[in-house]
Amino acid sequence: MSNYAIETVGLNFSFGNQTIVKDLSLQVPKGSIYGFLGPNGAGKTTTIKILLNLLKSPADQVFIFGKEINSNRIAALKKIGALVEQPAIYGHLSGKENLINRCLLLRIPKSKVAKMLALVGLTDAGDKKAGKYSLGMKQRLGIALALVSDPELLLLDEPTNGLDPNGIIEIRNLMIELATKHNKTILVSSHLLAEIERTATHVGIINKGQLLFQGTIDELHLLSKPMVEIEVDQIENASAFLVTAGYEIASKTDSKITVPFSSSADSGKLNTLLIQNGFTVSSLSKQRKDLENLFLDITKNN
Amino acid sequence: MRSIYISLVSEFYKSRKTLAFWAAILLPVVICSLVSFGFYSGADKILKLNAPGMMLWIKYAGATLNVMGILVMPFYVMFMAFSVNNIEHKNDTWKSLFAQPLNKFSIYTAKYLFAVTLIFICLFLFATLTYGFGHLLQVLVPKYTFSQYNPSNFLINSYSKLFLSSLGILSLQFIFSLIWGDFLKPIGIGFVGTIMGIVAGMVNWTYAYLIPYSLPALALQITQVKKGKDPLDFEIFAREIWVSLIYAGVLFIAGYFIVTRKSIK
Repeated sequence: MSNYAIETVGLNFSFGNQTIVKDLSLQVPKGSIYGFLGPNGAGKTTTIKILLNLLKSPADQVFIFGKEINSNRIAALKKIGALVEQPAIYGHLSGKENLINRCLLLRIPKSKVAKMLALVGLTDAGDKKAGKYSLGMKQRLGIALALVSDPELLLLDEPTNGLDPNGIIEIRNLMIELATKHNKTILVSSHLLAEIERTATHVGIINKGQLLFQGTIDELHLLSKPMVEIEVDQIENASAFLVTAGYEIASKTDSKITVPFSSSADSGKLNTLLIQNGFTVSSLSKQRKDLENLFLDITKNN
Repeated sequence: MRSIYISLVSEFYKSRKTLAFWAAILLPVVICSLVSFGFYSGADKILKLNAPGMMLWIKYAGATLNVMGILVMPFYVMFMAFSVNNIEHKNDTWKSLFAQPLNKFSIYTAKYLFAVTLIFICLFLFATLTYGFGHLLQVLVPKYTFSQYNPSNFLINSYSKLFLSSLGILSLQFIFSLIWGDFLKPIGIGFVGTIMGIVAGMVNWTYAYLIPYSLPALALQITQVKKGKDPLDFEIFAREIWVSLIYAGVLFIAGYFIVTRKSIK
């Protein structure tokens, strides 16, 4: 039996002449929260649609819990709950009726509906027409629809899209709870590194249809080294001074110098050193590399 | 079979608050009520014709049937085919429907059967209401001769023919509405088809029976009455009905292949 909930082997997919996914080999371990990271248009949604067999993959390239998807479509889909792009909701039905309809299709007792509404905080809005929901509410209803069948594997395509900070935290906690307490495997896509970092145990980074990085969150942290950004006067002198003092300058602009972060104590020392040598430090802050820079790094390394 | 059944139950559940569902009930109620009201308020004029029971029934039921056969039926079928698929296009729910652990044939067949059922309900109500309102008119206007003739056979045969002859249009329009999410393309093509069907029927074109849209009108043209027999006791399975059923069968299968190849972009 495979240890992977999802495994793709050199997956290729194109719409006409346009290649969307190129030689993609995802490995999503069972029980993990797999952050599927990439900018808009990188091929994340297409990949998720392939995993749901909504788009036909070539034979023997996609495996769900060890089984080839094209020849085991129904068995694979029984184990998957999904939220793809904008939540697919019948606008003329209430939130509750949307869930009842899904229960009818999946032969699930309707008693689960109230539980699901409570889980995503829509109990009060259960009887309201879903078409009148805010984007955040629709998103939550979409998550409830994905969860109603109690699937082993959840595919969530940008689930925090349109949610307010409270909603984002709720979804984050829900994902962690589902993975740790209920042993679910979750693949969650996002274009925000910060979002993924807080929940994911594993990360895959995709750009232009190609997987640039895949590994645990710790492995990603090794790549995404934090930096210290210093706003200082006499920028040329200050950077020359830091180089002679043994610091490595990562980058320099007209007003800021960036050096690799090692520890808070070290950042303090750096500050003292600059001040003692007559420089005026107006700000000093720890910066994480954003996704764009990380991409550049990863592409360079590849 | 089980998954077709649950898909069908789901179709009913999600459509029960839509116009498409209620149209199946409202259309016969409104049209039959209007015709019956006409017969009630204009009773004096109609009574002057001195029509015997059978002729009165033909006049009364024919008022509904002719409008239905030529114009309303093709458009109603187009609207049904459109609505059943549009509920998924409009809500962008094809992706979640096809991501359920149900085989695509069940989902497709359930949708088709749902449209067929609605058309059946609609025509069944037409027949029942025509029968019921006819007898009600007899009570309200005792001079009418409705009670002299039992129209059951005539109504069952006419509406069965209308139902069967519309299945060809349904399958064709079902494919159009499956492929296109907008209203204009399937209805536009259907409109042109219906006009062609009417013209072909009016000029008695030899091959009019090959146009699916002209079949309901053709089905209602009563031909080949055997001598000594009741002119209203006609054969149901005439040529246009077979043509309609062949169209329905072939296009239903073709539609399924379109569904299996449908990529959800």
